[in-house]
Amino acid sequence: MIELNKDNFDEEVLQATGPVLVDFWGEKCEPCKALMPDVHALAEKYGDKMKMCKLNTTQNRRLAIGQKVLGLPTFIVYKNGEKVKEISGAENCTMETVENLIKENI
Amino acid sequence: MSKVYDVVIIGGGPAGLSAGLYASRSRMSALIIEKAKWGGQAGTTEELENYPGSIEMPTGPKLMERMKSQAEAFGTEFVKDEVTGFDISDKIKKIISGSGKEISTRTIIIATGAQPVILGIPGEMELRGKGVSYCATCDADFFAELEVVVVGGGDAAVEEAIYLTKFAEKVTIVHRRDEFRAAKSIVEKAINNDKIDIMWDTVPEEIYGDGIVEGIKLRNVKTNEITDFRTDGVFMFVGTKPISEFVKGIVEMDPKGYIKADEEMRTSVEGIFAAGDVRIKSLRQVVTAAADGAIAAVNAEKYIEKNLEH
Ligand SMILES: Cc1cc2nc3c(=O)[nH]c(=O)nc-3n(C[C@H](O)[C@H](O)[C@H](O)COP(=O)(O)OP(=O)(O)OC[C@H]3O[C@@H](n4cnc5c(N)ncnc54)[C@H](O)[C@@H]3O)c2cc1C
Repeated sequence: MIELNKDNFDEEVLQATGPVLVDFWGEKCEPCKALMPDVHALAEKYGDKMKMCKLNTTQNRRLAIGQKVLGLPTFIVYKNGEKVKEISGAENCTMETVENLIKENI
Repeated sequence: MSKVYDVVIIGGGPAGLSAGLYASRSRMSALIIEKAKWGGQAGTTEELENYPGSIEMPTGPKLMERMKSQAEAFGTEFVKDEVTGFDISDKIKKIISGSGKEISTRTIIIATGAQPVILGIPGEMELRGKGVSYCATCDADFFAELEVVVVGGGDAAVEEAIYLTKFAEKVTIVHRRDEFRAAKSIVEKAINNDKIDIMWDTVPEEIYGDGIVEGIKLRNVKTNEITDFRTDGVFMFVGTKPISEFVKGIVEMDPKGYIKADEEMRTSVEGIFAAGDVRIKSLRQVVTAAADGAIAAVNAEKYIEKNLEH
């Protein structure tokens, strides 16, 4: 997975062609960390159809807030620089819902 | 024939982990199935200073990590999956999971806990992840130097409000009554905290904002006066509800979905036990969840000895 930060976010996400998934996570977000192995598995499975990225919001708070993300876990799919779909909150973000989010947008 | 466990425990919070520890120490074969995050709700709070013996390292995630490795050390097995139903027509029960697997077991302990209540006021769902939060440790970072509102008056609300003062500039607790239900020592800590303001007799009516939270409309329940309160975030701790939908119609429960179990954690179905926040009880805490788990495991063993061995 591509690690995003303020230097590469524009290029990797906003200027990308084709769908991009961003996993917004944080260092103190236990549900995010618990989900991470599943997200890596999904990245393996769908990596050739969707660009898979993650953003550490603890290190990149302004960037996350700039994307109107103030809660974790949050997964957003971007297409041509626009948000097309997002899910947020521990109960709503599971391996299943993230996989559906990917499938619906490839 | 595939393996038959002595006990399968559903849910990896403190009740489930403690059940695993007790079962494994009795040399029962035990499996814990967890759908999301080991440690359950207790793994999401930094302020866990009332679990006996945890004062040195009072954070929830650390305590839960230790509980898990302790059960593991005695041989408890762990698997990540979501349980969706049971087949209990036989003495050997079958557990059905979301991934389509079937697991055979002699006894079942339901330790699926609880999840936050969603009030359902306008804006709450729409602004989830955009300033509306149910988890302080997950989201506190975003609110450094900003202002937040905490809704609720129980232990979780007041404790998490105190935790949030380490990040936010100001924390306003909005509570529908004129006193807190939380423990007195926590209440004192909150009242003496310069960063905390309290609005009594107040309920939230609507959360609003253009893409992110900008404010909350509050109503005073005594005067019905509505106040427009500008804030950057709203943390909701208005209570929890049991996760028991998947066993509806199988074990007896109250109208809210809390499972009925006796002192020995036996439910209305033989060989099925319930432990922790998911059952009808008066105090839902880590210490009582762990105690329930221990009692359930011991009674699962007794059940096997009495009914399934000759
Ligand atoms: C913010 C907050 C602060 C708190 N602070 C304190 C405190 O300071 N002190 C204290 O003692 N208590 C505190 N509590 C309460 C305490 O966390 C709970 O009482 C305790 O975690 C209950 O344990 P449990 O094992 O019964 O359930 P839970 O902790 O809820 O664990 C249940 C587990 O089951 C899993 N599960 C649910 N359904 C399924 C399924 N179908 N298949 C597989 N797995 C499933 C869930 O994912 C979860 O991990 C706090 C709670 C909250 C929310």
